[in-house]
Amino acid sequence: MAFFPHLLLATLEGLVTSAVLALTALGLSLVFGVMRIVNVAHGEFFMLGAVLAWAITTAVGGHPALGFAAALVLAPLIVGFIAWISERLVLRRLDYNPEATIVATIGLLYIIQQLALTFYGPEARPVTPPFNVRIQLPWFGYSGYKLSIIAASALLLLATWLVLTRTRIGLVMRATQYDRETAQAFGIPVGRVYGAVFALGAMLAAIAAVLIVPIQQAHYLMGLDPLLLSFIVVIIGGLGSLRGTVIAALLIGVSDGIISVFFSPTLAKIIATLVVAMVLVFRPQGLFGTATK
Amino acid sequence: MNAALTISGLDCFYGEVQVLHGLDLELRKGEVLCLLGRNGAGKTTTLKAIMGLVPARAGSIRLGERVLTELPAHEVPKAGVAYVPQGRRLFAELTVAENIEIGLMTRKRGKAVRDSVLDLFPLLRDRLKQRSGTLSGGEQQMLAMARALCVEPEVLLLDEPTEGLMPSMIANIRETVARLRERDVSTILVEQRVDAVLPVADRVAFIENGRNRETVDVGRLREDPGMVRRYVGVG
Repeated sequence: MAFFPHLLLATLEGLVTSAVLALTALGLSLVFGVMRIVNVAHGEFFMLGAVLAWAITTAVGGHPALGFAAALVLAPLIVGFIAWISERLVLRRLDYNPEATIVATIGLLYIIQQLALTFYGPEARPVTPPFNVRIQLPWFGYSGYKLSIIAASALLLLATWLVLTRTRIGLVMRATQYDRETAQAFGIPVGRVYGAVFALGAMLAAIAAVLIVPIQQAHYLMGLDPLLLSFIVVIIGGLGSLRGTVIAALLIGVSDGIISVFFSPTLAKIIATLVVAMVLVFRPQGLFGTATK
Repeated sequence: MNAALTISGLDCFYGEVQVLHGLDLELRKGEVLCLLGRNGAGKTTTLKAIMGLVPARAGSIRLGERVLTELPAHEVPKAGVAYVPQGRRLFAELTVAENIEIGLMTRKRGKAVRDSVLDLFPLLRDRLKQRSGTLSGGEQQMLAMARALCVEPEVLLLDEPTEGLMPSMIANIRETVARLRERDVSTILVEQRVDAVLPVADRVAFIENGRNRETVDVGRLREDPGMVRRYVGVG
C-alpha cells in the first residue's frame, strides 16, 4: 500500500480509538472536575458496560441491531445505577475525602472485577456488530460500523457539551465544580449533584464500551487499558475540561494509530507517557485545565 | 419589633476546635445588625452557621417559625436567607448572567426579580456576557450582592462587603443596604471597619471568643467610642 492510503487507514483507526477514549476520559474528567475524586474504578464501569452489552445482546437474540440497540440503552443505565449506589454507599460516607476515595475506588475496582469474573467468567466473548457495511474508498474498503462509532461519539460529546453549557443542569454542575460551598449557599443540593455526576461519568464509560465491544471482545480485565489511557488524556487535557479532554483524546488516539502502524505500538505508548511527563512538569494543570477552589 | 432570626446557645466547631460558645443573637425584622469583633472572634463562622455551612453541635437558629439548624445546608437559602461571602466567592468561570441565574434558581424567581436587581446595579447590565472573574473588585462585589438579592431574601448576610473597595464603591454598597432596609430586608453585616458600619447599622453586636458580649444601639456606640476599643482593639 502506498504512503497516503496507509496514513489514511492509520488515521481512521486512530480516530476510532480517539472517539471511544474521548467518551471514557470525559466521564473520568467530569467526576474529577466536579467532585474532586480520582475514580480508579472508572475502567471497571467501562468493562461492566461491555459485559452487560454481551449479556443483553445474548438475551435479546434476533437481529443483531435489536440486541445492540437494547444494550446501548440498558447497559449505561444499569452501570449508571451501580455507580450511583456506590456513590451513596461509599463515597458520600467518606465525605468525598480525596485520599480516602482513591483507596475506596481501588476497592470498588476489585469488587466489580471479581464479581464479573464470578458471574461472567474468564472468557473473552464477542458481540455481533449491529450492521456490517463496508465503505469502499478509492484505496481500500473500511468498516462502516467503525465510522459510525466516530459519528456516535461526536454526537454524544456534542450533546454533553450542550447539556453542560446550555442547560440549567449543566449550570448547576459547573457551579458545583467551581465552588461547592457557595453552590450550597444558593440552594444547590451538592450531594445529589455528586450522585448524578458519578453516575453520568460511569454511563459515558459504559456507552464507550458498548460502542467498541463489537470490534473488541468483552472480558473481565478489559477495564485497565481504558483507565490508564483516560488518565493520560485527562492529565494532558486538564482535569475537568471538556475541550481539553476531546483534544487530548484526538492527540493520543490518532498519534497512537499512526505511530503503531508506521513504527510500533510500544513506541506509541512510550511517546504518550513522555507527553504526560512533560505536561506534568511544565503545565501540571493540563493544557486546558483551570484553577479551581 | 419581631425577631427575623434568633440564634440561641449556638456551639460550632472546626474539627475539635470550638469556635462558637453558646452564641445568642437576635436579628429584628427590617434592621441592619452589625457584628464587630477581632479577627478569629467567630463573626464569619456565625454567618456560615446560619447558612448551614458549619454544622451546629448545640443550640438553634430560627428564621420565624422554621428551625434552620434542622435543615440541610441547601435548604437554608430556600427558606429565605441569602449570603454574600467574604471575598465575594463568585463562580469566576461563569458569566455575570450565569451567576445571576444561580441566584434566581435558588427560590425559582424569574425575569421580574432579575430586572429589579439589575436596576439596583445598572452597570452589570452591560457586563452580562462577561466572565465574572474578569470584573474589577467593585464590580465583583456588586455582582455578589446582586446574586444574593436574586434570592429575594428575608434575611441577608453580608461578610465584609467593603473589604478592599474604593470609597465610592463603599458608599454605593452602604446605599444599597439602606435601600434594602426600606424593603424590610433584615441584614447581618460583618465588618472590621467601624466607620463603614456606623452610617448604616441600627445595632451592633460585639463578638468575642465565639460569644455575643453585648448588643447595643448605634446611638450608644457614638456616645461611647471606648466600647469599640474594648472589643475590637481600635477606635
